[in-house]
Amino acid sequence: MSENPSLRTPSQRIAWTATIVISTLVFIFLIAPILAIMPLSFSSGSYLTYPLPGLSLRWYDDFINSPRWINSLKNSMIIGVASTLLSMVLGTLAALGLAQWKSRLKPLALAFVLSPVVVPGVITAVGLYFFFAPIGLTGSYLGLILAHTALATPFVVITVGATLQSFDTNLARAAASLGASPLQAFRRVILPLILPGLASGALFAFATSFDEVVIVLFMAGPEQRTLPREMFSGIRENISPTITAAAVVLTTVSVILLATLEGLRRRNERLKGGV
Amino acid sequence: MEAGMVNSAPALVRFSGIQKTYDGEHLVVKNLDLDIRKGEFITLLGPSGSGKTTTLMMLAGFEVPTRGEIYLAERPIKNVPPHKRDIGMVFQNYALFPHLTIAENIAFPLSVRNTSKAETQERVSAALRMIKMETLAQRRPGQLSGGQQQRVALARALVFNPQLVLMDEPLGALDKRLREQMQLEIKQLHETMGITVVYVTHDQSEALTMSDRIAVFNDGIVQQIDRPDALYEHPVNSFVAHFIGENNVLDGTVETVDKDYCRVALAGGGIVTARAVNVSGAGASTSLSVRPERIAIIPDGTSSDAPNRLPARVQNTIYLGDHALAVLDVAGNAEFMVKLQPGAHHGFTPGEGVFITFRPEDCLALDPA
Repeated sequence: MSENPSLRTPSQRIAWTATIVISTLVFIFLIAPILAIMPLSFSSGSYLTYPLPGLSLRWYDDFINSPRWINSLKNSMIIGVASTLLSMVLGTLAALGLAQWKSRLKPLALAFVLSPVVVPGVITAVGLYFFFAPIGLTGSYLGLILAHTALATPFVVITVGATLQSFDTNLARAAASLGASPLQAFRRVILPLILPGLASGALFAFATSFDEVVIVLFMAGPEQRTLPREMFSGIRENISPTITAAAVVLTTVSVILLATLEGLRRRNERLKGGV
Repeated sequence: MEAGMVNSAPALVRFSGIQKTYDGEHLVVKNLDLDIRKGEFITLLGPSGSGKTTTLMMLAGFEVPTRGEIYLAERPIKNVPPHKRDIGMVFQNYALFPHLTIAENIAFPLSVRNTSKAETQERVSAALRMIKMETLAQRRPGQLSGGQQQRVALARALVFNPQLVLMDEPLGALDKRLREQMQLEIKQLHETMGITVVYVTHDQSEALTMSDRIAVFNDGIVQQIDRPDALYEHPVNSFVAHFIGENNVLDGTVETVDKDYCRVALAGGGIVTARAVNVSGAGASTSLSVRPERIAIIPDGTSSDAPNRLPARVQNTIYLGDHALAVLDVAGNAEFMVKLQPGAHHGFTPGEGVFITFRPEDCLALDPA
């Protein structure tokens, strides 16, 4: 980090140093628990302890060759992708509708749409269980996909809604005046421009489903166990370092998603602004 | 364009008894009847909140009239959605699609109409030639200057040969020099292509430069619709006199009315003869309007037989290059402007007493402002 030339007085320099130190501490606080688990997944020993007795990939080997883990990863992917797609459609429609709505009821409607984020997961899970059990949706993929869609949709509403706030409504009007039907205007003008918001909404939606364990605990049958659910029972039943390998897989997926999103955002900035 | 020729053309757009309210109480447009002829360049001019933009938006289809009907080529369009109206529109902030290239922007109205590839290409290149931007076809809007962006927006609104082109303060975001250049370019496009243009602006000089006719809006009502010169020479009320061009106001009371002229006692002292344009009769209060270029300064008023002589005190003179202004105190109006010939501005010293004179036909007695 180069010296900031505008920092001339001693008090400015002290403030600058304090900013750096505190930021670093916050960063460590946020990231350390995740980093701590990563080296353990490369341990050659059978216990979750430091110092590592040696390095090996045996737990990754175990993860890949265990039908239980692979199946749970597959389930997480199926449920995650399906509920993401569903929540993208629902969330975008809701955000578009809310953006155009000028009623005094709008804040109420928004609170209603966002409630799954605020309501404690256990309550949602119990509620969904009693709602889904009589209609036979417990212990099914469809039930889990719908439940995760309910949890994930608010994130799409928020991110797409934020993008729409900076969206110039004259662009939609221009499209209409040039002869584009509402559907054409959406597909050719609005959608490409809200895509970054939609993409980050999709990321949050997928992450929500991919991490979710409470609803899965209540509703999943043995066939629908997801990765977090498998880790959960893994911790309770036998603390095998395979869990740490699973954790690294989980984290890696999230990081890849985040990097993709950032790439998309930069590409979009380039298209929009100057050279 | 000859006035009689314009008159014989059929109305392309007809506003009939249009009212608009957003809140159910306050009328933004109070009662609008307006005919727009084919091939005409008409400007809706007025201060912000006067209803001119709302009128344009109703014509474009983005606002629905509360009452009344709008006809386009004799077809009622109140229930026709914007994309089926065949009206091109240019927005103040250009509203170019940032994710598309210039060529793609211009091709947009053609591609939503499923025009063939060959024809699209031909018409887009013609449009690019028209705005002299062939070399920038593959750029994106973010890489262009404001003037270039507005040219692209113009080309995009014209490329599908709409029946009518609407422009909502299209030059508002440009600097003065560029604005004047674009005014001439738009005017030229209008003349060569024979398009019908409805133009909204709050800039009266822009309106005077470009328009065949101007509709002056205030407070939801069209105050006057006329040719630019008629608006300037024959304003029907104080608002129009004041809004179009520079104007001096003197308040007074009508003493007598004799056919077209009336005698007015000024509130600040003195009596003048004025054209009775908008006064109800003897005893009514009135605002007199005199243009700065219709006033002469004479050193001595007592021995002269010049009409409408009023004593004045010089405040200062303002040099403006091609002409100069003398700011005078006349009958209580301390910002009374008189236009001077270049070079003449040296002859006055602040505080000096002079006389002004103007012809009765150049002084309009209007409604009290």
